[in-house]
Amino acid sequence: MSAVEVGNKTGSKRDYSLVGESTKRAVETGLASAEWYHTDVPRKVMKELMQRSDGPAIRDTLLWIALILGSAVGAIWFWGSWWCVPFFVVYGVLYASSSDSRWHECGHGTAFRTRWMNDAVYQIASFMQMRNPVQWRWSHARHHTDTIIVGRDAEIAVMRPPDLLRALLSFTGLLDFRYSLPGLFRQAAGRLTDEEKSYIPEMEWLKAIVAARWHVAIYVATAGLAIYMRSFLPLMLIGGPRLYGTWHMVLTGLLQHIGLADNVTDHRLNTRTVYMNPISRWIYWNMNYHVEHHMFPMVPYHALPRLHELIKHDLPAPNPSMWHAYKEVWPVVLRQLRYEDYYLKRELPPTARPYKEEFHNLIIPAAAE
Amino acid sequence: MSEWVEACAADDVEEEDVIRFDHAGRTFAIYRSPDDEYFATDGLCTHEKVHLADGLVMDDIIECPKHNGRFNYKTGAAKGAPVCVNLRTYPVKLEAGMVMIQLD
Repeated sequence: MSAVEVGNKTGSKRDYSLVGESTKRAVETGLASAEWYHTDVPRKVMKELMQRSDGPAIRDTLLWIALILGSAVGAIWFWGSWWCVPFFVVYGVLYASSSDSRWHECGHGTAFRTRWMNDAVYQIASFMQMRNPVQWRWSHARHHTDTIIVGRDAEIAVMRPPDLLRALLSFTGLLDFRYSLPGLFRQAAGRLTDEEKSYIPEMEWLKAIVAARWHVAIYVATAGLAIYMRSFLPLMLIGGPRLYGTWHMVLTGLLQHIGLADNVTDHRLNTRTVYMNPISRWIYWNMNYHVEHHMFPMVPYHALPRLHELIKHDLPAPNPSMWHAYKEVWPVVLRQLRYEDYYLKRELPPTARPYKEEFHNLIIPAAAE
Repeated sequence: MSEWVEACAADDVEEEDVIRFDHAGRTFAIYRSPDDEYFATDGLCTHEKVHLADGLVMDDIIECPKHNGRFNYKTGAAKGAPVCVNLRTYPVKLEAGMVMIQLD
């Protein structure tokens, strides 16, 4: 394994609340809203990489919509026989997994050059993801400001010590019905939690509540239609795909940060790039180039492979496959069950600028033995 | 008391681009529009204090490099989440091939 593992046991527990002790500490130590490392790229080249274009995203979105509608028609046509299963398999992944990458890229505003196109796909994909579009726009902004900073990042998928049962359940989408859906109903009733209020500006609270009401209205209408039709079919097409189609989103997305460092300000230490097959890359819109995305979030998904080629000399070697990445991660999360400070520190190539050890060790003294 | 300060040579900024200008402990962004006009704003995004000079200029919009917050750099208007606070703008003039901005 081309990695060095360090870590020890301190007995200190991480507080992942966004309004707790870790939050205060992150602000006091300068970890919150810090300046992050990025590889030097000439302005002219970066400007060219950042350029927006409607073409690739229109092509991909038309194909996406055609596949969604096509698989839905097949699933409806064969409803009641086993022949509907393959159509639901395709429909589920498109609805519940590929919508995550569309939500993400359009939330950044980098998919299309035309703003309304980004906004339209963002709203649709947010609904498919069972995510409040207003709340999640802000939580994702925070994720980019304070990536895997404990007490600040609202989108840490696997906390320490890892909850393996929860991670496993996330493949089934059950957690969306345990947390996301009740969360939308709560917001629709006009209640935001203190944590949500910590990253959503007050002027956006009402927008978040109104957005939740629209989502809830569609779910209630779908449930009503299912009762009227005395059929599960409407629920299999709207909402239900979270249960049977989320697995690909979790399979690819879990690898973004799991097992790597927290409380550092260098994405090479806390984020992972993994080479993937073309189908997964299309579903995931190239977010397998995740170090590159975090370092330069303005670069559209279709330019990430070029950015990767340009800066890979300065990054840890990417995992050659998802299988390789999970093999790397598994022993790390197992060890984190007992030693939550344990993490995987990935080796840099000789051509890379070194990690700023003194800075990171100062902030997380528990990270080195 | 306002004063005109020399920010850069007109050719230092490419068309539809932006550069950073630091002066007296403050940082500014100097823009050249696709119509070959020059503009100046505060240099840091009002959302998370990121240098806008690393961002992308598209028509009359500057997009922050960190969270893609968008401002109209001609008026300073914030164009929606995650930016809510407008950007301060400064008068600009060209003098002998130099971009001058008027500061307080």
